[in-house]
Amino acid sequence: MKVRVIVMYKSGVLDPQGRAILASLHQLGHKDITDVRAGKVVELTVPKMTKEKLERKVKELCEKLLVNGVIEDFRYEVAE
Amino acid sequence: MKFGIVVFPGSNCEHDCYHVVKHVLRQEACFLWHKDRTLSGSDCVILPGGFAHGDYLRCGAMAKFSPIMESVVRFSREGGRILGICNGFQILIEAGLLPGALVRNRNLQYICRDLWLRTESQDSPFTRQLRTSQVLRMPVGHGEGCYFADPKTLKRLEAEGRIAFRYCDEKGGLTAEANPNGSVQSIAGVLNEKGNVLGLMPHPDRSAERILGNEDGRKLFESLIAAGPSR
Repeated sequence: MKVRVIVMYKSGVLDPQGRAILASLHQLGHKDITDVRAGKVVELTVPKMTKEKLERKVKELCEKLLVNGVIEDFRYEVAE
Repeated sequence: MKFGIVVFPGSNCEHDCYHVVKHVLRQEACFLWHKDRTLSGSDCVILPGGFAHGDYLRCGAMAKFSPIMESVVRFSREGGRILGICNGFQILIEAGLLPGALVRNRNLQYICRDLWLRTESQDSPFTRQLRTSQVLRMPVGHGEGCYFADPKTLKRLEAEGRIAFRYCDEKGGLTAEANPNGSVQSIAGVLNEKGNVLGLMPHPDRSAERILGNEDGRKLFESLIAAGPSR
């Protein structure tokens, strides 16, 4: 199964990339967009497992490597 | 005094450090490959600048799993002195030896130029040959050097005198222009709780020799030598 981990800066952390994208979108005329946050997606292929086991596994991977808890939050979804 | 300089795949300032230690300051120096498990009797460990493991995922995130880092972490617990420069600072943070985080520069640009630094604490083995408020000039070269820490951590760092350097103007003033990467409170370098680990984004290794037109960085190495072996 494929799991998609979405890593985003925490709300208090400055996201210069998101700000730069927002400025470009405004330049394109999309003034109605008020905020942009840019993050990253890590797609994992893992063996089939129960929801609980997957939850534990993803949490462990994120805490150990994929996410820096000082600045980032994560969520995940089962892609297929 | 023997300096061990850790080399990760993608490090690129290890020879600068080696040259300063060995040829400018006439101390013993050795390279430590990231797959080594011992520090070969080093009295001080340097994590040099570069792009360890390609800076993949986050700068320093992969390097913390290199076998040598187990020995480096143990060395720090025993009071051993560790200097992390630029990418080395990022690695020390990811390894949990220093607090906070280093994120993309505020202007999204790679900043490669000389900046001014104000010495905030002379009370460490890395800064004992400096005076508090002394202004130094050092080059930086980084894309992810914007220091971040939550307010609680910042308060603690300040109270414990663990902010070693701040970006400043020529006269020591803290301005937004003098802090181009956007670091919180202009922080350029921090110490760990015991004061035996220092990480900083600017390069003392690139400013330690007269022929390079700048010897300000040399004072950090001289402080370490004056402090002597830590164990």
